[in-house]
Amino acid sequence: MTNANAKSFTTSRRSILKGLGAAAIGISLVGKKSAAWADEEKKLNFYNWDTYTGETTLEDFKNASGIDVNMSLFATNDELFAKLRAGNPGYDVIVPGSEFVERMIQAALLEPLDHAKIPNIKNVAPEFINDAPYDPGRKYSMPYTWLVIGIGYRKSKVKEVPDSWKWLFDSDAYKGRIAVMSDASELFRNCFKYLGQSINSTSPELIKQAEAMLIKQKPNIKSFHEDNGQDLLLSGEVDVVMEYNGDIAQVMVEDDDLNFVVPKEGAMKQSDTLAIPKGAPHPENALKFINFILDPKVGAEISKTIKYPSPNAAAVALMPDSYKDNPVIFPPAEIMAKCEYPRYLGPEFTRQLDDAMTRLRAA
Amino acid sequence: MATQTQERRFAFLATALPPIVWVVAFFLAPLAIVWAYSFGQNAGLTGVDISGTFANYARALQPLYLGIFVKSVFVAGLTTLLCLIVGFPVALAIAFASERWRPWMLLLVMLPFWTNLLIRTYALIAVLRTEGYVNFTLAWFWDRASWLITLVGLEPLGDFTPLQLLYSNFAVVVGLVYVHLPFMVLPLYAALDRLDKSLIEASLDLGAGHLRTLFSIVVPLALPGIISGIIITFVPALGAYLTPNLLGGPDSQMIANVIERQFKQANDWPFGAALSFLLMYATFGAIALRAYFSRDKPADGHGI
Repeated sequence: MTNANAKSFTTSRRSILKGLGAAAIGISLVGKKSAAWADEEKKLNFYNWDTYTGETTLEDFKNASGIDVNMSLFATNDELFAKLRAGNPGYDVIVPGSEFVERMIQAALLEPLDHAKIPNIKNVAPEFINDAPYDPGRKYSMPYTWLVIGIGYRKSKVKEVPDSWKWLFDSDAYKGRIAVMSDASELFRNCFKYLGQSINSTSPELIKQAEAMLIKQKPNIKSFHEDNGQDLLLSGEVDVVMEYNGDIAQVMVEDDDLNFVVPKEGAMKQSDTLAIPKGAPHPENALKFINFILDPKVGAEISKTIKYPSPNAAAVALMPDSYKDNPVIFPPAEIMAKCEYPRYLGPEFTRQLDDAMTRLRAA
Repeated sequence: MATQTQERRFAFLATALPPIVWVVAFFLAPLAIVWAYSFGQNAGLTGVDISGTFANYARALQPLYLGIFVKSVFVAGLTTLLCLIVGFPVALAIAFASERWRPWMLLLVMLPFWTNLLIRTYALIAVLRTEGYVNFTLAWFWDRASWLITLVGLEPLGDFTPLQLLYSNFAVVVGLVYVHLPFMVLPLYAALDRLDKSLIEASLDLGAGHLRTLFSIVVPLALPGIISGIIITFVPALGAYLTPNLLGGPDSQMIANVIERQFKQANDWPFGAALSFLLMYATFGAIALRAYFSRDKPADGHGI
C-alpha cells in the first residue's frame, strides 16, 4: 500500500536487483568477530517493503553487529497481516503501516519494545513520539518513515495546480485522465476529507454520500490503481493521480514535468513503523536492529535511497537541501496540520467500506 | 495365489499411497478448512468462529454479488468462445502440419507457459498502453499516410489520437484470451491428432466440400476435445483476478477480485470462503453437466 511497489517495470527491475542483493547478504559468511553479548545466533529475519532500505544498510548493520540480516519482501499491509494472523512464521522485525500497528496491537500480534534498549529514540522528532494515536507512548512501534496521500500531476496537462480533491472526486475537468486508489480505506476516507469530515468518522451516511459521489465520478476515472499511480503518471496514461508523496518524489527524478500537491482540504497521512511481531525468534537482535536504523547516519543513508520523509530529525539534519527543502517530501506545515492518521475503526466499518467499494466497482 | 494378490495389493498401495496422501493433506484438508470457514463468522481480528451460520451464503446471494457472478460468467464465456474461434484453426493447422514442423508449432503454443503470468500481463500493458507498441505502430502508419496525402496535394491528416486500449473490459478480455489460449489449443490438438484422417478423405471423395467436411466430420469427432478445451479454459477464466486487476478499468471487477479483497483488505475470511465455494459449486455443476451429456452421447450414436 504505502511504498514504491514491485508492480512497475522500473521498480521491479530494481526489486530484482535488491532481492539478489538481499540474498547475497543473507548467504555471505559471518566474518567479523564481535562481542558475544547475547546468546542468540547472529541472525535476523527482516520483513520489509520492496525498495525500502538504503543500498548498504543491511551490510553496515552486519559490519557493526555481526548479525546477518535475511530480508524478505511484502507488497501490502494486508499481505503482512494475513501472513502473521495465523502465527509468526519466523520474522523478527516487520514494517507495518500506522493503521495496521493499531490493528496488530488489538490482535496481540506485537511484542512491546524495551525503550531502554533503543537509546536512539532520542533522534526521532518529538511529534512522532507524542502524536501517534495508533500507538500511544510508542510502546510497540518506532517510526521509520511517514507519508501523505495527495495528487500527483503532469504540469503541462493541467490548467492550474490541482490543489483540491475536487479534481479527482467531483469534477469532469480531467475526464479519462484520472486514476484513484483501489484501496477502499484510502479512497473513501480521503473523500470524507473532501466532504469536510474527519478521516476517522464512522457515519454510514457519510460512506453513502462518498459512494454516491464516486459512482457519479466513475465515468471520468480511467483506473482504480493498485498503488502504482506513479507509473501511470510517468507513462502518460493519466495526468492527475491519487498517490503517496514518496512515490511521486521517486518518479519526479525521472521526469521534471511532474509535481505533487496535498489537497487544501487535508488528506490521510500514514507512518510506516518498525515493530517486533510476537514469537520473533531473535528479539534481542531485533532491538539492536531497530536502534541501528534510528541512528542519524544510517537514517540519512536510507532516506537518500528511498526519498520518503523521515521522522528521524537527526538524520534529516544530515541530508542535502534538495531533500530537506523539497515541498513534495515535506509539504507545508499548515497543510500537514489538516492531515490525519487513519485509526482502525473495527470490523463493522471495514465491512461497510468494502461493501461500498464492491458496489462502486459494480455500478 | 494368495501371496500374489497380496503382492499386487502391496504394489498398488505403494504407488497409490503417496499421491493419495498428497491430495488429502495438501488439497482436500485445506479445502475442507475453507469450506468450514464459509459457515463461520469473524471472532475478533484473527479468529474464525465456525458456528454453522448460513449468513455468509445469504450475503453472497444478494443481487450485488450475483450481478458480479453473472458478469464474471459472461466475461469468462466470451473469453472461452474467442479462444475456441482462434484456437480451433491453430490446432487444426498443427494437427495437419508435417512431422518436421509440428514440434516447433507446439513449442510456440507452449512457450508463453514458461513465462510467469505477471510478466506476461505486464508485457501486455506495454503493448496496449497509450504510449505502447500498438499506438506507436498506428502512429507510424498515420504519419506515413499523412505524408503520402500531402504528396498528392491534399491537407495532411491531423495529429494522431492514441487509442485508449488499456484499463477497460476490452483489455481484460484480450488479456484473458491471450493467457488461456494454450489451454484451448492443447486439448483440441490432442483430439484432432487422434482423428482418423481417412474419414476426411472419404468425405471429400464422396463430394462434400471442405466446410461441410469440417462441420459434419471433424467437429463432431473432435467434440470431446472441444468440450474439454471449453471447460479447461472457462474454469480458470472464471476465477481470474490478476488480469482484471492489472488490465481492467473502473468497472472490470470480477468475482475473484471481490474474493481477494475479503481475504486481504476486508479481513472477512468467512465471507470470502463462501464466495469461493459458490464459485466451486458452479464449477462442479458445469463438470457434472458435461459428464451427464457425454454419457448420453454414445448411447445416441449407437442408436443410429
